[in-house]
Amino acid sequence: MSFINYMAREINCKIVYYGPGLCGKTTNLQYIYERTNPDAKGKMISLATDTDRTLFFDFLPLSLGEIRGFKTRFHLYTVPGQVFYDASRKLILKGVDGVIFVADSQIERLEANQESVDNLRTNLAQQGYSLEKVPYVIQYNKRDLPNVVDVEELRSLLNPMGVPDYEAKARTGEGVFDTLKAVSKLVLTELKRGG
Amino acid sequence: MVNPQMVMYEEEFNQIQTVVDRLVREANARVVFIVDKNGQLIAASGEVDNIDTTSLASLTAGNIAATGGIAKLLRENEFATQFHEGENANIHIQLVGNRVILVVIFDSKSSLGLVRLRVRKASDELNRIFEALLSKVQEPGSDSPFAEITDEDIDNLFND
Ligand SMILES: Nc1nc2c(ncn2[C@@H]2O[C@H](COP(=O)(O)OP(=O)(O)OP(=O)(O)O)[C@@H](O)[C@H]2O)c(=O)[nH]1
Ligand SMILES: [Mg+2]
Repeated sequence: MSFINYMAREINCKIVYYGPGLCGKTTNLQYIYERTNPDAKGKMISLATDTDRTLFFDFLPLSLGEIRGFKTRFHLYTVPGQVFYDASRKLILKGVDGVIFVADSQIERLEANQESVDNLRTNLAQQGYSLEKVPYVIQYNKRDLPNVVDVEELRSLLNPMGVPDYEAKARTGEGVFDTLKAVSKLVLTELKRGG
Repeated sequence: MVNPQMVMYEEEFNQIQTVVDRLVREANARVVFIVDKNGQLIAASGEVDNIDTTSLASLTAGNIAATGGIAKLLRENEFATQFHEGENANIHIQLVGNRVILVVIFDSKSSLGLVRLRVRKASDELNRIFEALLSKVQEPGSDSPFAEITDEDIDNLFND
């Protein structure tokens, strides 16, 4: 739920990175954190297990600049991808303004991606949102690995709606900002429409 | 419309700020802040310069969301109050009107009893202010300043 603060002349939006375990959601945020000017970012918070798996969420506040005298602030969150953390995923989705689905391009994760999209759809629906209406983009991550599925095939399986999608190598950062920009634009466009 | 929007206007902001400023004084608190349930900071008062309020806001909201989830599993109403006692700092978290979260951080200069008492009064006032704010937002004609932004404005944000 975007938050327009006329007093501080700020607009706040919440973006959630979704996707199966180990697909690279946290890596996306880490890369954004590393490559953003100190004055445009806050602290990155990671609530993680001892083995660096997301336990509850990662959080990174970013300022993107001004539009018509309003500062635009984006709060980026990742969900925990492991199947059994579903209750936490639902909580993180509350008040979401835009979703990035990070798919793991490796052939052995094909089913996990599909299950995760289904899970996203279900969890959004429980909050009264639909995937068709929420600003939504897809990232096909880990393109640097040898055992990846063709993008065309991933697209036909994971992106039947034809939302904006990007190939990425989150570890080196390729595609990370493109994906973020795409969803941010959709969110702002939604605001403009009075969403 | 995907989402009802949270909006803050100058009038209500000043009222809220007055309440939190007074709460800091009357409860002998170090810091008081108000966060919405999605983790966005609404107002803060006290020794805010020494504290990362953005991080605190998001963690507090996560905390309330998690205990709210537990409450649901137990078929319990949301736990409206939480208290954590540290060696130097204590934190009192109060859900106000199931909408916003009032956080008070205090040390040995105050006491839980005093904080509870003052929070109760402040909660009532905040509740009224947020009710009024909400009805204002729902009025027709309170349209967003973003109705007029252009695609170009949006593109310009990303031109670096
Ligand atoms: N080769 C390669 N590895 C990647 C890429 N992106 C992420 N990884 C690695 O994949 C592993 C898991 O990444 P995370 O970002 O922790 O995954 P996650 O989606 O946050 O996982 P959960 O927190 O369990 O949901 C890490 O070892 C990353 O370095 C990529 O583009 N290529
Ligand atoms: Mg993670």
